[in-house]
Amino acid sequence: MVRQSISSNSPPKGNSSSGETQGGVPRNATVALIGNPNTGKSSLFNALCGANARVGNYAGVTVEHKTGRLQIGDRLSSPNRAQWQVEVVDLPGTYSLAARSADEAVSVEVLAGEMPGVPKPDAVIVILDSTNLERNLYLLSQVLELRIPVIAALNMWDRIDAEGVRIDPSKLSKSLGLPVICTSASNRTGIDELKIQLLEMLDRKDPSLGLPDSTSLASGCFPEAFGKSVDGLVDWFASEGIALNRFQVERLLIDDPQGHSFRVIAKDQSSTVQSKISEVRDALKSQGLAIPLFETRCRYGWIKSRISGVLERDSRPREHSTSDKIDRWLTHRWIGLLFFLVLMFLLFQSITLVADWPMKLIEEAQGFLGAWIESWVPPGPLRSLLVEGVLAGVGGVVVFLPQIAILFLFIGILEDCGYMSRAAFMMDKFMSVLGMSGKSFLPLMSSFACAIPGIMATRTIENRKDRMVTILIAPLMSCSARWPVYVLMVSAFVPPLTALNGWLSLRGAVLFGMVSLGSVVAIPVAWFLKRFLFPGEPSAFVMELSSYKWPSWRVVFARVWERVQAFVLRAGTLIFVTSVLVWAAAYFPANHAQLDAMVSQMESLSTDPQGHKAEIETLVEQINREKSRLIEQSFLGQAGNAIAPLVRPLGWDGKIGIAVLASFPAREVIVATLGTIYALGSGVDESNDGLADQLRAATWPDGTLVFSLATALSIMVFFALCAQCASTLMTIRRETNSWVWPIFSFLYMTTLAYVGAWVTYQVVSVWSL
Amino acid sequence: MPSSLDELNEGERAVISEVTGADSLSARLLEMGLLPGETIEMIGKAPMGDPIEYMVFHYRISLRKHEAKRVLVERE
Repeated sequence: MVRQSISSNSPPKGNSSSGETQGGVPRNATVALIGNPNTGKSSLFNALCGANARVGNYAGVTVEHKTGRLQIGDRLSSPNRAQWQVEVVDLPGTYSLAARSADEAVSVEVLAGEMPGVPKPDAVIVILDSTNLERNLYLLSQVLELRIPVIAALNMWDRIDAEGVRIDPSKLSKSLGLPVICTSASNRTGIDELKIQLLEMLDRKDPSLGLPDSTSLASGCFPEAFGKSVDGLVDWFASEGIALNRFQVERLLIDDPQGHSFRVIAKDQSSTVQSKISEVRDALKSQGLAIPLFETRCRYGWIKSRISGVLERDSRPREHSTSDKIDRWLTHRWIGLLFFLVLMFLLFQSITLVADWPMKLIEEAQGFLGAWIESWVPPGPLRSLLVEGVLAGVGGVVVFLPQIAILFLFIGILEDCGYMSRAAFMMDKFMSVLGMSGKSFLPLMSSFACAIPGIMATRTIENRKDRMVTILIAPLMSCSARWPVYVLMVSAFVPPLTALNGWLSLRGAVLFGMVSLGSVVAIPVAWFLKRFLFPGEPSAFVMELSSYKWPSWRVVFARVWERVQAFVLRAGTLIFVTSVLVWAAAYFPANHAQLDAMVSQMESLSTDPQGHKAEIETLVEQINREKSRLIEQSFLGQAGNAIAPLVRPLGWDGKIGIAVLASFPAREVIVATLGTIYALGSGVDESNDGLADQLRAATWPDGTLVFSLATALSIMVFFALCAQCASTLMTIRRETNSWVWPIFSFLYMTTLAYVGAWVTYQVVSVWSL
Repeated sequence: MPSSLDELNEGERAVISEVTGADSLSARLLEMGLLPGETIEMIGKAPMGDPIEYMVFHYRISLRKHEAKRVLVERE
């Protein structure tokens, strides 16, 4: 059945329902793609549908819902054949349909046609790793029982020689009773054959295509007693008015009672169902039928009978494989660890340093565009909206793209070559002390550069609880946007003391303390989250370590593109809106007429900067003073003054209050805001001596100085712990598919920051007296 | 005398005799091919001694120590 289908040119039999074009309108079909993790499923998806997938979430769960479009039937066969518009649903990678996790539950619901908004699939493509066929067939044996036509794609076909595996695909097709296509998704071979086979299946020339006889399925080997119990339960569910198909009843009986199978049952009925299930289980147990052992035993027995005479393996010793030789070094106790740390260092350097120049370019382009807008639009609300609202909003989205692209380039390479699972393997013990798994290390590590790509990288963590904890503590890692405020405060208020002949400086120690503070605080926070919000058994960390291979650039770049696109479309719009809203709060309701007049005057003078040097200088000073006055009159300024009593215990005055409030959408703007408030203009940066001088000179109404070491430390601690980044919160919103978690992150981090800053100020004030 | 899987030394092979328990962890181990009767080989430990890498069913799998304790084996 493997090759013959490709050469088959026979015209469709029967009436129009067998698939003739009806007025040229393509007919719709849904095809699901399912497979174990690491089988190249997403590259097969990209090969079928192109890179333009639509990504969302399934209703009510954090499972990603990825679909793409595929048109088949036009170029591939005779012109009078049907054209199909196929919706391809990429199901999450899973080892089994036993609905123990949300991912597995979603797969079962989609395949059973019970997922709202997803039509029941007309066919399923099961992706199998040819180099590890035995274990991959386990999932196939379960999918076959859903009675949907199945095509098996023997993916990674190009690698079987290197792995010493020989498979006869036509024999396998005969023994499984379904079409088998050899594919290699990363270099796009076998894709056309797969499409032709799919066309054949959708046209339904042969209704039994891909539907092996039910007696030849693995469940055919299940003991009779089990079948009878399932029959009894199906009747019982019908009498209770619970609509479940036979497959679901079977899963309920076999799977862990805490599993997701129970998601389909209403809460008020669940206790009745639980007791009924345990009653049937006890009955089966008394007959010597051990759950869950018998299912796996039957399925693997079935697999062995299907592959005998179809698959052969070289019996060469393990040591001879190149992959194993590499692995022995890369997971070596010391060398492996050293390699990993060097790799992480390089990754970190690239995110912070290499991303720096495209980020600078983006900022320059922003400045250039701003100047261009200013040359066309006269001073006033429109200009301010365009430059300080819209352009800053777009810039605030685009500026993250270099870091996201670099991180996912790294992750893509590491995952595709097989190193990623080794990294998780090596860091697992360390992370499990903190209640997470090795897979949380890289996302947290990259959050030291920026939490946004870090949070997006948590997608590699399959366990939902681990992933949630990682997402929620990632913003505590000291990202690079915190640097400007640390540098400003340290250089202005920490005395340049040194010890040990200049090898140890107080300033350096304070900087180091600030950078580590968030990650130290993250340890109890992670413990608390695990203990109270995501309780339960420590998750299983049963992880496959696939063989090493050269990464496919197509796969890597498709991944980078997918992530960049997802960030711009989903988080970007929210970030943009926030930016415009904050602009409005800082602009209104103050009267800008005077400022606009001064700016116009300056612009006309600027045509001859030499002739009016002195005038321009006074004017700039006046403009800066006016801007400082206006921001204090704005909604933002009013809010800052209103919270003054609240921030007084932290050692802050109203001006600091305004600057901190203004930096909630993006913490790095604090320096520019302080510049505006202290009438230096918004063009200052953290190394500006004028700003440091202004801060040192600032006084309370009674004449005492506002800033002291205690105030500076309290501000730094606040910035270290606070969720002052709208982009991070919007990314959390997108990744968790809920508003609860961004709000939760904001509240817990702001509380921590306030308490931390208060304690710091009080302790340091007393100590320095 | 059966031992548990975490007691194997590097490079040592054994035959699985039982996966204890009936919860989701034991089901997952069984699904991943750790079936009674299969041969399993200990490949190596992570730098901090846990988790442990094994070879079973022609592929490599990483198990934490407490997971490996669930699997009883007959050493060769």
